[in-house]
Amino acid sequence: MLKYITKRIAVTVPVLIGVVFLIFVMLSVVPGDPLTVMMGEKVKVDVIERLSESMHLNDPWYVRFGWYLWDALHGDFGTSYKLSRSVSSLIANAFPKTLMLAVTAAALSWVIGIPAGIVSAIRKNSLADHLFMGFALCGVSIPAFSVGMILQNVFNGILPVSGFSSPKHLILPAVVLGWNAAGTIARLTRSSLLEVLEDDYIRTARAKGLAPVSVILGHALKNSLLPVITMMAIQVSSLLSGAVITETLFSIPGVGRLAVDAINSRDMPLLQGTVIFTTVVIIGGNLAADLLYSVVDPRIRVEGGK
Amino acid sequence: MASFEQAASLAARVAVDGVKEQFSPQERMEAVWQMEEEELLYLPKPDTIRTKLLHMCRENKAAAVSGLVLAVMAFAIIFADKLTVYDPNGVNLMERLLPPSAAHWCGTDELGRDIFTRILYGGRVSLLVGVIPTAISMAIGIVLGMVSGYIRQMEAVIMRLADIVLAFPSIVLAMVVMYTLGATTTNIFIALSMIGWAKTARVVRSQTLSIREQEFVEAAKGMGVGKWTIMFRHILPNCLPSLIVLFTLNIPDAILSEANLSFLGVGTQPPDSSWGLMVSQARTFAQSSPWMLIFPSLAILIMVLALNFLGDGLRDVMDPHGR
Repeated sequence: MLKYITKRIAVTVPVLIGVVFLIFVMLSVVPGDPLTVMMGEKVKVDVIERLSESMHLNDPWYVRFGWYLWDALHGDFGTSYKLSRSVSSLIANAFPKTLMLAVTAAALSWVIGIPAGIVSAIRKNSLADHLFMGFALCGVSIPAFSVGMILQNVFNGILPVSGFSSPKHLILPAVVLGWNAAGTIARLTRSSLLEVLEDDYIRTARAKGLAPVSVILGHALKNSLLPVITMMAIQVSSLLSGAVITETLFSIPGVGRLAVDAINSRDMPLLQGTVIFTTVVIIGGNLAADLLYSVVDPRIRVEGGK
Repeated sequence: MASFEQAASLAARVAVDGVKEQFSPQERMEAVWQMEEEELLYLPKPDTIRTKLLHMCRENKAAAVSGLVLAVMAFAIIFADKLTVYDPNGVNLMERLLPPSAAHWCGTDELGRDIFTRILYGGRVSLLVGVIPTAISMAIGIVLGMVSGYIRQMEAVIMRLADIVLAFPSIVLAMVVMYTLGATTTNIFIALSMIGWAKTARVVRSQTLSIREQEFVEAAKGMGVGKWTIMFRHILPNCLPSLIVLFTLNIPDAILSEANLSFLGVGTQPPDSSWGLMVSQARTFAQSSPWMLIFPSLAILIMVLALNFLGDGLRDVMDPHGR
């Protein structure tokens, strides 16, 4: 087990460095002098020189990348050009809101998606199956902001449609974000359960006279949820990135909103910091999911650990 | 004689009925071995892509209807200038924010432009953004996937690169690329292609790994065929069914990505129009003029739904074990 964990972490580290490198390079080639963006056109020469020195702007890009990596490892992502606050503190402020939104949406998608998938699989080709699957397919086929805008207009005056000051503010964004996720979960639960229901041990369980309910809940569900668990973890990643859209639409001051604001104000350190932070959180989440999966399904760590 | 034909066609069905999976490959091979020479004449030919498509149209009505819907939409989008009398960018302030009517089927927007016309013309951008980056990214993904599956020395480099690209949330990476390159339609193509190849590369690599072990590849190698010819002549055609499925299912992803980018302001730029941009421009007026929001949203929903249905149907006939 320990060997498997070490191996997984060892594979993750180069990916992390690659991610930071890619973002750093892409944002370094953006035209425009950071000092002009930061202080406007009228700055004294000696101020420019002093700042260039302290921000390593005179060094070649690989030296700057080294400095950036070194600082980032110490939790320092630089200072926002526009907001004049450290990027880490801005992210630390915003992340709880994004996390709360993503977790609520995820919970919502599991509570709706898994039962819908189970019912669809048991009553395959029934009206309920078609309704649930149609609903699920619509969820993955319409842009989140379309749904969000329609809901904002339908529930205007009934529920808060923007901002983030009470739990009630979470309802609409979580529905928008969760619908898509619920669709994926429901489709996966259905197909995976249908596959398991064909297996020999299910036939055995039925043949020995077990009640249909306990065959499904006791025998089939356990195995069919294995791929669903992986998907749930992957979804936390898509929920966190989907939050970019939802947070912008509902004016929630989360990490995604911060990234969009950074783009609009051409605030490079802030953009760099938010993107790298989001990606690292997601890679960490996927790693955790892999490890969790190997706990649930021992076959993985036996085959994968070799 | 009739009974002989029946027996022969039964044996033939046992032998090649791969679609229904009633018999194991072992059983099928044994059935073929036991056949007499004249019986072998009754063996049905293995399914070609065309027969598979016909099979899908018979069995899966949703996929067939979706194909038809897509054909109609593509036709309307391509011949938009013949189908409408309005100019997509023709401002008419006398007719602003009109509800749907016989003259304006989907109403007009805040500048009096006909929304139906703008949906047709905006569909051009959405359709192009769906097809072109998907084609480019898949071409890159196919080559890199085959190379990493067939030439072992390249595998580590290419797959780690794919890991890095896949580690990013795709909308965030697209956002950064668009920020770096600047927001133009061509750059949307580049951004989406840069991101999309990794998924294809993974699929193609795993298929290459299993195909390269088969006898016909061994045979080709034994005859001294070069590795590039083996890859493109022998391995690629065998990946084709799953690539067709992947292509159909990647297009909606690209369309939705473009919509999201346009919503964030780094996608299609006015006065050009795409469905995603139309929806996000409707934001201010959605309360009083809901048609501005609903019709472009419906256009995206119908096209993406149809592509998803078609993709699922294609997967059932082309690639029954893939997901």
